[in-house]
Amino acid sequence: MFELIAFYTFSILTIGMFCIVVFSKNALYAMSALAGGMIFISGFFFLLEAEFLGVVQIIVYSGAVMALYAFGMMFFDTTRDVKENINNKKILYTLSILSAILIVVILCAPIFSANIEAIYPAKLEGVGNVQMIGLVLFTKYLIPFELAAVMLLVAMISGIVLVSKRMDANLTEDEQEHIEGETI
Amino acid sequence: MITLTHYLILSGILFSIGLVGLMRRKNLLMLFFSTEILLNAVNIGFAAVSKFYGDLSGQIFAFFIIAVAASEVAVGLGLLVLWYKKTGSINLDSLAMMKG
Repeated sequence: MFELIAFYTFSILTIGMFCIVVFSKNALYAMSALAGGMIFISGFFFLLEAEFLGVVQIIVYSGAVMALYAFGMMFFDTTRDVKENINNKKILYTLSILSAILIVVILCAPIFSANIEAIYPAKLEGVGNVQMIGLVLFTKYLIPFELAAVMLLVAMISGIVLVSKRMDANLTEDEQEHIEGETI
Repeated sequence: MITLTHYLILSGILFSIGLVGLMRRKNLLMLFFSTEILLNAVNIGFAAVSKFYGDLSGQIFAFFIIAVAASEVAVGLGLLVLWYKKTGSINLDSLAMMKG
């Protein structure tokens, strides 16, 4: 009963928030609505007994990603509207057809995959969700985990290199004087 | 009773919203927001399948998707800042320099 109420409440809130993100003119409203939607999505994860994923969702999305967007938006002139001229109806029809096909495929998917078997069972006696994820992540998924770590390191370095140059200068234009005056 | 189909329909609806945003908006920042919506919709689907089949692989995969999304934001936003410094615009049409 409570699951039913929680599911529908979170569904309506999430869909509403994401509709605001997509249809809002103001970038700041869109960003705030996106942060709210991320929090509500973590509610689904707690409903689905994936506590670790819910906590990670809150920390990574509404903590790190939204803060990054907020800092990134300081570089842009967000008060000036971007002129958005949509001049072909074809995109609209393509979108509707694609979405309809998507919904049909999703509805059929559980029928086709009904005989799936669990390789890593989610429940053991006296082992919680976080502990179980740790067990699986550090045994069977160790190499993808390390690769993800390397990928995050590369992303961090590229983010620093791309943004941290002098803000009013071009990236490649005054390479010469940088080389001469480099002290760091 | 909430079944797997409920969650998958919700995931499909959210994915469709993201798809509409991705094709309708011309602001590059809004395209990034729409990408986040797409990734989150898929995450809900993975977590739901993981619960209703009692398999932990779905949650692990969603975890990796979150890692990919975080690095995508870091690199994409850096490139966007560079593009804005170069052209003074975050309109998608300003990227069409090859006139294809």
